[in-house]
Amino acid sequence: MIYFNNVSKIYQPDSVALEDVNLTISAGEFVSIVGHSGAGKTTLVKMILAEDKPTSGTVFFESVDIHDLRNKDLINLRRRIGMVFQDFKLLSNKTAYENIAFAMEAAGKTDEEIASDVPHVLELVDLSNKIMHFPDQMSGGEKQRLAIARAIINQPEIIIADEPTGNLDPVNTYEIIQILKKINDLGTTVILTTHNKGVIESIKKRVVTMDKGKVVRDDKDGKYVI
Amino acid sequence: MATIGLKRIIRSGWVGFSRNGIISFASILVVTITLSVIAGIIFSQAILASSLNEIKNRVDITVYFKLNTSETEISNFQSALEQLPEVAKVNFVSAEQSLQNFKEKHANDYLTLQALEELDDNPLGAYMTVKALEATQYESIAKSLGSNSVLIKNSADIIDKINYNQNKAVIDRLISLMGGAKKLGFLLTLLLMIVSIIFTYNTIRLTIFFSKEEIGIMRLVGAGGFYVRGPFLVQGVIYGFISSLVTLIIFLPIAYWLGKDMTGFLGLNVFDYYLANFWQICLIIFGSGIILGVFSSFLAINKYLK
Repeated sequence: MIYFNNVSKIYQPDSVALEDVNLTISAGEFVSIVGHSGAGKTTLVKMILAEDKPTSGTVFFESVDIHDLRNKDLINLRRRIGMVFQDFKLLSNKTAYENIAFAMEAAGKTDEEIASDVPHVLELVDLSNKIMHFPDQMSGGEKQRLAIARAIINQPEIIIADEPTGNLDPVNTYEIIQILKKINDLGTTVILTTHNKGVIESIKKRVVTMDKGKVVRDDKDGKYVI
Repeated sequence: MATIGLKRIIRSGWVGFSRNGIISFASILVVTITLSVIAGIIFSQAILASSLNEIKNRVDITVYFKLNTSETEISNFQSALEQLPEVAKVNFVSAEQSLQNFKEKHANDYLTLQALEELDDNPLGAYMTVKALEATQYESIAKSLGSNSVLIKNSADIIDKINYNQNKAVIDRLISLMGGAKKLGFLLTLLLMIVSIIFTYNTIRLTIFFSKEEIGIMRLVGAGGFYVRGPFLVQGVIYGFISSLVTLIIFLPIAYWLGKDMTGFLGLNVFDYYLANFWQICLIIFGSGIILGVFSSFLAINKYLK
C-alpha cells in the first residue's frame, strides 16, 4: 500500500533526517514506528502526507508517487488518510461537533450525512456529552479522542497517529491505543509513531525501529528494542 | 453542491467572525478608519470644488458700451457673443437698469445721489457681463471682444471699455491657484488612500496570521483552497459591511454639525451635501469597504495556501 524506495531527507546544511529508507506497509497492517526523539519518525510520516519532499528517493501510495501529485490530487490523497497528532491539531474556535463536521464538509458530504454520522462517531469515542464543547474546554484525553473521531469520520484507508499518546496520562494512553486497535481490527491500516515502551508491548504487532534516520529493525510482532 | 458549499462557507465565515470578537473588532476599527479617511476625502473634495466654483463664479469680463449705442447694435453684439463656444453666460444690463443699480448701491450716500440729480442725462451706459465655461478661456474671449471684426463689424465703435485687462493679473492668479489646489487635492487624496489601504491590508494580514495554524489543519484534513479561503473572504465582506455602516453613521452627526455651524466658513452646507448625495456616498463607502476587506483577505491568505 505504501512503499518507501531509498528515501533520504537532508535538511540544509547537513542535518540528515532520513537515510536510504526502504519500507513497505501493506493494507490492514498495524505498524508501530519507534525510536528516540530525532530518529526520523515524524519526517517519515510527513513524507506520506507530502508535507515534506524527500531529497532523494520516492514514496508511493499504491502505484502513485506521492510527491508527483498536483495540488488537487494531493487534497484527494489526504482525504484517504486520517491523521492524529501529539498536539491534537483541532480547530480551536470550532466545537467538537463542528471539528468533525468540517472534515466531512471538506470531503463533500451532505448535511444529512453530517447530522447522522457526527453524533455517532462522537459516541464511539465516548464524547457524546461534549458535543458542543470547544477544544479548550476538554481534557487532553478527550481532545485526542476527538482528533481520532475526526480522523476516522471519512472512513480513510490509513490512520497515521504521530505520537498520539505523548501528552497523555497512562489511563488515557491505554484508551487511545484500544481505540486505534479497534480501528485496525475493522480493516483500516494504522501507522503509529511512538517512543512509549508500554504502548508497543501492549499492541504486539509489527515494529519498525529507527535510529539517526535509518530503519535499524523491522520485526513482526516486535518489541521495543533500542 | 456549489450552493451547499457556498452556504457552508458563508456560515463558517460568520461563525469565525462572531467567535473571534477582539480580532473582528480590531479589523472593523481599522477598516472604519480607512473608510472615514475616504469619506473625509469625499467631503473635502466637495468643499474644495464648491470654493473653487464660488471663486470661478466671481470672475467675469464686463463690456461697457458707449452712451449712444443703439439697442439693435447691442442685441447683435450679444447674439454674436453667445455664439462663442467658450462663453457660458452673457448678462445684459441696460443703461436704465445700470442707473437704478447705482442708486440702490448708494442709497445712503446722499451727496452722490444729489450730484446725480444735477445731471440731465443718464451718465451710465449699458454693459454686459460675460462668463466663460473655464477660467482659462477668459483670455481668448477678451481677444475676441477686443478685435474690431471677430464678433461684429466695427465693434470698437460701440464698446467703451473692457475690464479684462484691469483684472488680468487677478484672473491669472486665480487660474494658477485653482490648478494648484486641484493638483494638491488629488495628490493628497492619492497619498491618504494608499496609506490607509496599506494600513488595512496589514491589519487583516495580521488577523489571518493568527489563523495560520488553523489554515494548516484545514489543509491536513483535506480541505481544498476554496474551502479554506472562502470563510476568510466572507469575514472580509463582513468587516467591510459593518465598517461601512459605522462610517456612514459616524458621519451623520459630523455632517450635521458642520452644516449647522460651519457652512459660512466652508462655503458649503456639508449636511445638505451628505443628504443630497447619500446614495452615491453609500455606494462609494460600501464598495470601498467590501473590496478592501475581501481583497486584503485574499492577498493575506494566499501566502498560507501555498
